[in-house]
Amino acid sequence: MRIADDVNRPGGEVFAAGFLIFALFLLSQIAVETAPAKSGNIVAQPRFWPAVGTVTMVAFAIPHLLLQWRSRLPGRLAETRVWLGSVEFCLWFMLYVAAVPVTGYLAATLAFTVLLAIREGYRDRKSIIAAAGIGFAIVFVFKSLLSVRIPGGAVYEYLPSGLRSFMILNL
Amino acid sequence: MDILISALDILARWDVAAALLVGSVGGVVIGAIPGVGAAVAIAILLPATFSLDPIVGLTVLLGIYGSSMFGGAVPAILINTPGTAVNALTTYEGTPMTRRGEAHRALALAYSASFCGGVFSVVCLMLFAPGLAKIAPLFGSREIFLAALLGIILVVLAHRGKVLAAGMLAGFGIWLNTIGLEPIQYTQRYTFGQSWLSGGIDLIVAVLGLFALSQAFVLLIQRDKTSHAEPITGGLLSGFKELARHKRVAGASSAIGVLMGVIPGVGEFTSQFLSYTYAQKTSKTPEQFGNGSPEGLIASEAANNAVPAAAMIPLLSLGIPGEALTAMMLSVFYVHNVIPGPSLFQNQLDFVVALYLALLILNCMVIIFLIFSTNILLKVIETPTRFIGIIVLTLGFVGVYSLRNSAIDCAIAAAFGVLGLILKRLDLPIVPIILGMVLGNIMEAKLRTSMMRVKSPLDFIDRPVSFILFLIILIVICSHFRALWKSRNRRSENA
Repeated sequence: MRIADDVNRPGGEVFAAGFLIFALFLLSQIAVETAPAKSGNIVAQPRFWPAVGTVTMVAFAIPHLLLQWRSRLPGRLAETRVWLGSVEFCLWFMLYVAAVPVTGYLAATLAFTVLLAIREGYRDRKSIIAAAGIGFAIVFVFKSLLSVRIPGGAVYEYLPSGLRSFMILNL
Repeated sequence: MDILISALDILARWDVAAALLVGSVGGVVIGAIPGVGAAVAIAILLPATFSLDPIVGLTVLLGIYGSSMFGGAVPAILINTPGTAVNALTTYEGTPMTRRGEAHRALALAYSASFCGGVFSVVCLMLFAPGLAKIAPLFGSREIFLAALLGIILVVLAHRGKVLAAGMLAGFGIWLNTIGLEPIQYTQRYTFGQSWLSGGIDLIVAVLGLFALSQAFVLLIQRDKTSHAEPITGGLLSGFKELARHKRVAGASSAIGVLMGVIPGVGEFTSQFLSYTYAQKTSKTPEQFGNGSPEGLIASEAANNAVPAAAMIPLLSLGIPGEALTAMMLSVFYVHNVIPGPSLFQNQLDFVVALYLALLILNCMVIIFLIFSTNILLKVIETPTRFIGIIVLTLGFVGVYSLRNSAIDCAIAAAFGVLGLILKRLDLPIVPIILGMVLGNIMEAKLRTSMMRVKSPLDFIDRPVSFILFLIILIVICSHFRALWKSRNRRSENA
């Protein structure tokens, strides 16, 4: 009986296998990672809902993997490489996260948008100015206008007191 | 009358007016950019709205939710690329019309049908939400548990052809919600000895990763797609005249949109496919469908625009979100200690009416904006997609970091971003994870409370509402397996 998986893409079986391994690992850890309660019925046990989640994961992941494996398509390695390629942008993102408390939101954002634009191949002057303009606009809208909670950079400590307060509050 | 005046008073503020403007215009622009969509924008803006008044924050988010599909029709018609995924069927009719030199007519029809669907849906929200809120006191813990369970089941079964994947991802969402300190016995669950996991996985971090960061990664790794569309000349109000000639299709599609919007987990996709099929089957010219049929265009646009306000009905009256966007909005309610459900209608009816009015005004503002600014939107559509990826990633940082200024949250969101990218490339659904997290939380709390008063399993369904919900669950599951059985028989007959 066909109950799922009309959709099949290259690499589908790799994800399905990885998901099943992860689900089985979680299920195997349930006794270690959850504590039993001394009293109360089964649904009041702290491990009841983690068990519902992990058992559901395993129960659906097994037939999903079987169906994906049966109708697997070529190109799984190329697809896996694409997934791993996205890790590069995770690193860009985390570098940006690390830079903000040091250099301040404005400088980090300008550097991030401009450098990422160059990395993506937008190297003409117009594109770089556009990337910097967008970075500034984002900082202005969110920090200066909407006052979202993003702390000032450590380098702001070296600024004169009036300018420092302005930078901490607005940029 | 007093309630209406009080609601108008809530709306008559400069910040609410600004929110209406930002929500409507922002939603249209975001919807018009292929590859962004309302979910990404709402996920990014969510933490920023926490510091705003609930009515202001919700107006912005509702505006984006409701108006993005208006904007999504523009690239769907002019460049054969749906701005949001739910404008996919619009391309079937809009693009052939554009090729015939009828782009102006197609846009006018799409705008008027979207407006019709949107307004119809708000009227239904006004009529039905108070009614549902009246029966809502009949919903105790076990009824809310069963309603949430029904929501999960519908979300899984609604993903036709991907039911197994949806099921395992819903289970993943339920498991994610259990990470951290358990609220009754105060024991740790799945923290692996890591203190940063004690607080659990924040829903907003997961949402931002799965929707916003994943979309940024998708855009950044692919080749640039730039498009060019010819400017539109002439007024766009003529669509209303043509819509009046197809009022049966417009009315039925809006009604289908409302019905599908109310049912958890179904949403815009099913509504537009159902209404499109209905329009084709009842049309005098079914052969035109796929070749630029005005009826097909009306069916698609009216149905998908009727969903947002309808999706607010179960959220406002029962506190149960039916899909990812209303699940995100639920967090805005909670942050401001406004608890959706019957008490909201009893204690803050003016707030609810103000939300209805805001939705109505939003639809009017969107149509006015579109009539005058379609050609400006064409410039936005021409932005290269990888450049949009840079913008989404930069905005994603604001969303995650402004929550708690935590680098760990950002790392978790980035990990969810990679997961979201994989799911998107494999065409697997993301929504079950989010609804698993939200509804899993509701189910855990309500099942615990209800089991204290239940001695045998039959006691669980001994009240009318719980019994009806239980029956609906049985019917839904049985009809799914019946449909599968039929499909299997049909296939073996054909083989």
